[in-house]
This record gives sequence, C-alpha cells and structure tokens, in this order.
Amino acid sequence: MSPQDTAPTLFVATRKGAWIFHGDPARQRWEADGPHFLGHIINHLVLDPRDGRTLLAAAKTGHLGPTIFRSADLGAHWQEAARPPAFAAAADGSGRSVDHTFWLTPGHADEADTWYAGTAPQGLFRSDDGGDTWTPFSCINDDADYRRWMGSFQDGTPDGPKLHSILVDPRDPKHLYFAMSGGGVHESVDGGATFTPRLEGLEVVEGFDATDPSFHDPHCVRMCPSDPDRLYQQNHCGIYRLDRPATRWQRIGRNMPAEVGDIGFPLVVHPRDADRVWVFPMDGGTVWPRTSPDGRPAAFHTRDGGETWVRQDAGLPARQAWWTVKRQAMCSDAHDPLGLYFGTTSGELWGSHDEGESWHCIARHLPEIYAVSTGVPT
Amino acid sequence: MRVLIPTPLHDYTHATRVEAHGATLGAVFDDLDRQFPGIRFRMVDEQGHIRRHMRCFIGGQQVFDLDHRLEGVEEVLLVQALSGG
Repeated sequence: MSPQDTAPTLFVATRKGAWIFHGDPARQRWEADGPHFLGHIINHLVLDPRDGRTLLAAAKTGHLGPTIFRSADLGAHWQEAARPPAFAAAADGSGRSVDHTFWLTPGHADEADTWYAGTAPQGLFRSDDGGDTWTPFSCINDDADYRRWMGSFQDGTPDGPKLHSILVDPRDPKHLYFAMSGGGVHESVDGGATFTPRLEGLEVVEGFDATDPSFHDPHCVRMCPSDPDRLYQQNHCGIYRLDRPATRWQRIGRNMPAEVGDIGFPLVVHPRDADRVWVFPMDGGTVWPRTSPDGRPAAFHTRDGGETWVRQDAGLPARQAWWTVKRQAMCSDAHDPLGLYFGTTSGELWGSHDEGESWHCIARHLPEIYAVSTGVPT
Repeated sequence: MRVLIPTPLHDYTHATRVEAHGATLGAVFDDLDRQFPGIRFRMVDEQGHIRRHMRCFIGGQQVFDLDHRLEGVEEVLLVQALSGG
C-alpha cells in the first residue's frame, strides 16, 4: 500500500489529556477521539510503528506521580504499566525520583516490544515488554560524569531538565543517540554500554565553556530516515547539521533570516529527502518570551540541508499570535506531497497538505499541546 | 482500618473508602498496592517519600513518615492539596 492510500492519525498530548485525530487518506477530514485521560498531564503519546496498534502515553497529574499507560487497541482500552520508570532507591532515601516521563521512543524494528523513555530529572529507561515494566538503561543514570552534566531541578526548563531525542539507528539497534536539555548530545555504538558526548561545533551561551557538556542545551535532535548518517539539531544556541562519520556540527542556522534568528524547539526531517528540514522559530531574545517572533508564527523550510531557508506562513495568523510550538509538537506523515502538523502552546492543531506551502487549522481550543506525533494504524 | 481515598485515585479503588491493614503507614500503602496495583507509586516515590501535594492525616494530625506506627488507628485520611491551574 502506498502512503497515498493510508489514513494518517495524529496523536496529540496536552497539559490536560490526550486526543487522537483520525484522518482520511486525503487528509481533508479529521475525526477527534478524546479526551483520553482528561486532566492528566500527557507529555508524549506514541504509536508503535512495528504493530500499528500499540500506544504508549507518558502521564502524571498535578497531584499524582508519573506513570505509563499502554493500549493494545489504539486507545480503546488502557492499562497502566506494572513498573513505570523509576530510579534506583538509595538506602538513605537521598536518590532521585522521576518527576515525569518526557519522551518515548519505540525500539529497533528487530527488537519487538522494546521501548526507550527519557525522564525529568534526566534519566534513560528501557522496556523489553512493550512498556509494561521499565528499568534504568545504560550507566548514565548513576555515572558520576553524567550526573554532574545533568544538573538538578535548579537547571534546565521550568519543570525540570529533560532527557529527550532518543534515536535508534535503523541499521543497527546498538547504535543510539540521546540528548539532554542541559547536558548535550551523546552517542553509543555498543548498545548503551557506554556513551560519548558529541558536542564539537556546538555553541553555548557566551562566557561559558563549550567543552563542558553541562552548558549544552539541545532542544531537539532528529536522525534522517533516508540517511541515518545525517543528524539535525535545534539547539538553544542555533540550528545544526552533522554528517557522520564526521564529528563536527555545522551551524546551518546562520543562514536563517537575521530578524527571525535560529532559536526554537521542534525540527522535522522529510522522510525521503535528507536535505529537507522544517523548524518553527521562537523568540529567544532578552527574557526568552517563548512566543512566535514578533507575534507572527511561521515555519521555515530548507531544501538544501540548511544552506537556504524559506518562510512558510500562508494560512497562519499574520500578526498578534503569541503562541509557539514545543519540541515534540511538530511532525510529518509519509504522503507525497508531505503532510506536516504542529500543535501550539495555545491549544491549536495545524496541518499542511502541501509541505508547508499553506496551513489550515485542524482543531482549536484544546489545552496547551506538548506533543504531536503521527502514525498509520493497521 | 478505613482509608479515605482522594478522587484522583478512584480509578484504582472505584470507592471513596477502602479497608487496608498494616502496623505502619508504609505497610498500609503496601497493602493498598496489593489490592489496587500501581496506587502506591502515584503517592510515594521510589525513594520512599510521600509525593508533593499528597497529604496523609491520622487523628487530625498530618503524617509525613512511612514508619509512623498505627496501633489503635481506625481511619487514615489521604487527601490531595491543590496544585496549579
């Protein structure tokens, strides 16, 4: 079946619950299914591409601790994980506790039922049973260097530093990357036994030491589906590209319009063309208002690996729109032309049928959107 | 003893009041988790600390220590403080 014949589904995680939007193959009509978990803080809702049926939701509430919910039937029924991600208990009670799971990544196609999770405070966890039980993964949660680089709740984003952007090389399940908001980008070639920082070429806030991982703040790292040797990164300090086996990131955000800058959170790579990328810039000036720059939201698109960028705002508000898009809240489907989707901090869900040339609003009045992912149910 | 369950946890108990047993507050939480799997981790973190916004009252007094002993106690009140918008 070609992508044109499939009906994409959007999985929308918000500050107060989750919604599933079922599209038709033409992507003209969207049927809302929700709310699921009304009132729960859902940081990520992800479909398992290996079976097209299993959903994992990272949840907590303002009152309750964090957990993972799993559905084997696209959200018709949910079951709580028997053992959600949790750090090892310290004998004296001084150890860290997971505040929330922030990021979910399905494992390699050859490792059925494997998932990875990133948490705040920063931790890396793995499940080998489809998300029912989770255990700390790799040495990093307790490694002295990594703990120093991770910082504490005094560092990072307002609700705690995040471990995110867990990437699995489709050619090799032992080749992994992850990133930390406050802590840098890290690579493993041995199945997570060890990780190596990949920071060369990345800039940090002026006056700080760029060789220290703790000063690096990647916002979103993506591996190109059509070329896993290429990574793109939206960082606190710019937009970057890395072509392995080279180890030096190139700041392609220098080519963005100066009045917009190259600060933002989400980044989307075309599934079939590693030269094509979309970002959604935000205002990173003075006190970091975290709004669209000048109140004029727009995606920016490159067709040449970041050499040139084009503003794409047709259909979006032309002025006085002070929302923006969080790091997991922008994605694409696999159609041709490509469909793009993003959710806003003011609870709007937007889509494009024509690769960002024009945008239309799919839903309004949702809670603040934390994540939007796509998948094709089977 | 009776345990008053706050509304955010009714998905686990499907009841406002349940029976649970234990010589200490921690043992009562363990018994609740045996009856209603998963409920303990929503209230107590992996380091054994009662979570922020969870409140436990015994005899009108707030209790923070899972080792608190419960001889003669007939009712434990679990409530949730308001948090955020």
